[in-house]
Amino acid sequence: MSTLPPTAPFSLRDVVLDFRDLTKIYPTPTGEYVVLENLQLQIKKEEFVSIIGHSGCGKTTLLTMIAGLNDISRGEILLNEFPIDGPGPDRGVIFQSPSLLPWMTALENVRLGVEQVYPHGTRKQREDICKYYLDKVGLGQALHRRASELSQGMQQRVGIARAFALKPKILLLDEPFGMLDSLTRAELQDVLLEVWEKEKITAIQITHDVDEAIFLADRVIMMTSGPRAQIGDILEIDFARPRLRKDILRHPDYYGYREHLIGFLEH
Amino acid sequence: MGHPTTTPVAPAPRATFATLAKFLPRRAKLAQRLPDTARTLGISLASMAVFLLVWQLSASYLYGVEAEARIERTTQEQGGDAGAEMAACIASGNVSCKPNTLPFPSEVVRAAGLLLADHRAIRAKKAEFQAETEAVNAARSAQGLSAITYTGRPSFVDQIGTSLKTVVVGFLISLLIAVPLGVVIGLNNNLRIAFNWMIQVFKPVSPVVWLLLVFMIVKTLTLGSDTDTSFLISSISVGLCAMWATLVNTSVGVSSVNKDYINVARVLNLGIGKKIFKVILPSAIPMIFTGMRITVSVAWMVLIAIELLAQSPGLGSFVWEEFQNGGSDSNAKILVAMFVIGLVGFLLDRLMFYVQRRVSFETVVA
Repeated sequence: MSTLPPTAPFSLRDVVLDFRDLTKIYPTPTGEYVVLENLQLQIKKEEFVSIIGHSGCGKTTLLTMIAGLNDISRGEILLNEFPIDGPGPDRGVIFQSPSLLPWMTALENVRLGVEQVYPHGTRKQREDICKYYLDKVGLGQALHRRASELSQGMQQRVGIARAFALKPKILLLDEPFGMLDSLTRAELQDVLLEVWEKEKITAIQITHDVDEAIFLADRVIMMTSGPRAQIGDILEIDFARPRLRKDILRHPDYYGYREHLIGFLEH
Repeated sequence: MGHPTTTPVAPAPRATFATLAKFLPRRAKLAQRLPDTARTLGISLASMAVFLLVWQLSASYLYGVEAEARIERTTQEQGGDAGAEMAACIASGNVSCKPNTLPFPSEVVRAAGLLLADHRAIRAKKAEFQAETEAVNAARSAQGLSAITYTGRPSFVDQIGTSLKTVVVGFLISLLIAVPLGVVIGLNNNLRIAFNWMIQVFKPVSPVVWLLLVFMIVKTLTLGSDTDTSFLISSISVGLCAMWATLVNTSVGVSSVNKDYINVARVLNLGIGKKIFKVILPSAIPMIFTGMRITVSVAWMVLIAIELLAQSPGLGSFVWEEFQNGGSDSNAKILVAMFVIGLVGFLLDRLMFYVQRRVSFETVVA
């Protein structure tokens, strides 16, 4: 297995997220279970990173630790040079299940977060922000529909709008399209990319889908299987942005990238 | 490559219309449902007929047994002539020698009519009394004295009203205790442990014992005052008996909020107040209302027993008085009360069901 240097070749000033000796241990009745061990990784400003790996390799653990929803056992994660300690709206999360509050409308779901982030704005200003992002994800006509009445795909669109509307420093995506059918998935990847290319918020996405990783990411981080998961390999995806699906699929490098990723996963 | 921003989405109906429409029956679907409705109605009517038939047959069998026993006893005690006389008396349908047993359906219907007529008579008497005392009362209130009120016997319909009042007050008492307590218990693991034994031990206690306990406390607290405590005692007892379902459901609903919603609240850094009122409570509402629906049913059920014992006015004491009374139509009146109790309980449950459906974001099981 190739062992690339774990640190990326870019200036340290651009580093938004810095993982230092990150270790996660779960206590179990039969002793400690080490999920991640001494993980080193740096993520650059305005970068879109996909993390790919087999189930149980600790991808989701990694993401929930960045989100602050999961305690760090050893080491640290620095966000703009400050260690992460607990959750906060500076890290927008798009969950695997849309996790909307079903008794609220699409607008109210987005507004709940916006109210936290812009407590001093007027009601009108906050509402405009919500409407802007809901419009961007194609839900301009469905603002007042209850989340429970929306399809899975539409709910995840609201989830995307909610995360972007927070204007977070980092966007965390936990297999956001894993529960959708392939047509809706492609549609939502396009929506995500369109909004992201406008906002350029540093994004970390977990995925099982090789094509999704190539289509969305600047770098694909491949993780070895757990326990004691490590970064196995890093692949730079050198496609120009903005990206269009049809151009990407026709690109001569596409199948090379694909083979590289699949080759790693099948090892 | 699709342009996702133009994904067609049906425009949301105007909010005002949507809220109104929820109260109206769906006319378009009514025609579709008609065969089903007819079938339900047909089966229900048929089963009612069977029920009445079984009732009629059992009543007539019991009537026969009772009549025979009465004739035999008279013959043994007073000789054959008296026996024959008794048989003739029973056959004539005379009230004085009527066998006392399960009444026939027709008797129950007649008793219902009598009770209604009685209600009208009492109401007329009351109106008459009020007309007579109106002038006196006006004078008394001018002097600062309390008005003279009608103190006659309450009618059956009045008793239903009293019972409903007691159950509503009891229900409110149970909500006032159970919902806030349930929320607090649901939020705090230590409190849940602290209250767990209490809930487990007190929940199965019989309404009768609650009544006695409440009686002990209220009697002491109201020493010296001449207020009528029976209403207070019975409604508090009803509340204490019925609150457990709401208490348990509220605490479970609050403590078992979907983990995803809690994560959303954590990521957004919601304050504790916002977390409770915007995330936890709305999510627990279906459970809370299921508990409240059970509470209403239990409250109505124990109310009758409690009124019966507490001697507070209402359907329970009506039933008890009729039983002690032993009049020729007492049994029939008791059965009228039974049907009224069942019907009112059913209506209360329906009412709660509609409330539950209105506030819930999930589909509610009828």
